[in-house]
Amino acid sequence: MLDKNGIAKRIAKEVQDGFYVNLGIGIPTLVANYVRDDIEVEFQSENGVLGMGPFPFEGEEDADIINAGKQTITTLPGASFFDSALSFSMIRGKHVDLTILGAMEVAENGDIANWKIPGRMVKGMGGAMDLVASAENIIVAMMHTNKRGESKLLKACSLPLTGVGCVKRIVTNLAVLEVTDQGFKLLERAPGVSVETIKNATEGTLIIEGEVPEMDI
Amino acid sequence: MINKKVANVQDALKGVSDNMTFMFGGFGLSGIPENAIAQLVKLGVKGLTCISNNAGVDNFGLGLLLQKRQIKKMVSSYVGENDEFERQMLSGELDVELIPQGTLAERCRAAQAGFPAIYTPAGYGTEVAEGKETREFDGKMYVLEHAFKADFAFVKAWKGDAAGNLIFKGTARNFNPNMCGAAKITVAEVEEMVPLGELDPNQIHIPGIFVQRIFKGEVFEKRIEQRTVRPKST
Repeated sequence: MLDKNGIAKRIAKEVQDGFYVNLGIGIPTLVANYVRDDIEVEFQSENGVLGMGPFPFEGEEDADIINAGKQTITTLPGASFFDSALSFSMIRGKHVDLTILGAMEVAENGDIANWKIPGRMVKGMGGAMDLVASAENIIVAMMHTNKRGESKLLKACSLPLTGVGCVKRIVTNLAVLEVTDQGFKLLERAPGVSVETIKNATEGTLIIEGEVPEMDI
Repeated sequence: MINKKVANVQDALKGVSDNMTFMFGGFGLSGIPENAIAQLVKLGVKGLTCISNNAGVDNFGLGLLLQKRQIKKMVSSYVGENDEFERQMLSGELDVELIPQGTLAERCRAAQAGFPAIYTPAGYGTEVAEGKETREFDGKMYVLEHAFKADFAFVKAWKGDAAGNLIFKGTARNFNPNMCGAAKITVAEVEEMVPLGELDPNQIHIPGIFVQRIFKGEVFEKRIEQRTVRPKST
């Protein structure tokens, strides 16, 4: 079974040379730490920066340079700042190659819910609805089950949706899965995790074809 | 040169009154019009509808207006990080319209650019699209979102001049340029008011035509919401 960093490490392998990538808050943010250093990638943050670098050194933080999680950051050579409309032009206009975000629930048809629990948690969708409505390449990073042990990979989402039929790939602490017309196709198992364990943790339709390889991370 | 410069925040906010709709630039606490917000708290205007990506934190930004119960309705994309906000919303004291961040930006820009509405794919099939007109273009579904109508837009820039020209800094730019000229009156507060002619026309982000009043903000605390650093030794 993977921890959050393990999930990030596995997703980092999906990042290709020349990609512009938008990382969501939480596990997705960790992906930047594991991208191979022999490829060129630029990270976009929807509050208005392309070419994000690491956190600043102590004492060098600047209130005017933050990421979408409101964390202080730095920029790399070649970076640019822009306004919110232009930022979402990059996203809506499909100029960003890969979007990685977290989720509370994903359905077997690719629906995603990650912004609201009615009556309990209402923080808002931020840029998530724009991202999932437009991005062609979306990877969801999340734990396979919630804190109560219930599956987050469902036949249908029970929470208010963020987007419909948009998720293509999911990486969890247990598995890598692809959303297909028939349901969740199991592509890889996390190290030491059996197909049986993944089956038990998946409420939605799980498609298992032949030997399912273990992740190489 | 058409002079947009006013002496202070008092003059800049002349004409604000109860039940108006205001736009506020800023993302989190970055690039918020701190001086205009402080003056609105002093003036005590109530029943406000506020269009702003976030609602500040408990004791800063728009959180200050929430504490005084001056806000009737918030139009935002993300409102975490604010306990008083959550309390007022769940108790029904505060009306909240949550909309996608890109839609918020584009509804500002549409108002600025003279478009009555725009089509966006964001929110299609979700509760955000309920009751809204939808339309198919090239096999994909879109939601019709209307331009905002606001009485004042309060924005914050890094540098400006008496002509109302503005330059923003870093990610403090965010929604600020999109709100300029998107309301009946745009009020810009700047960290530095530079002499006319000092700003290179090639570098200006927002031309003064979109700004009605500009003043040098007295105080900019520029509070950091999430201070994240790495030690110097690594």
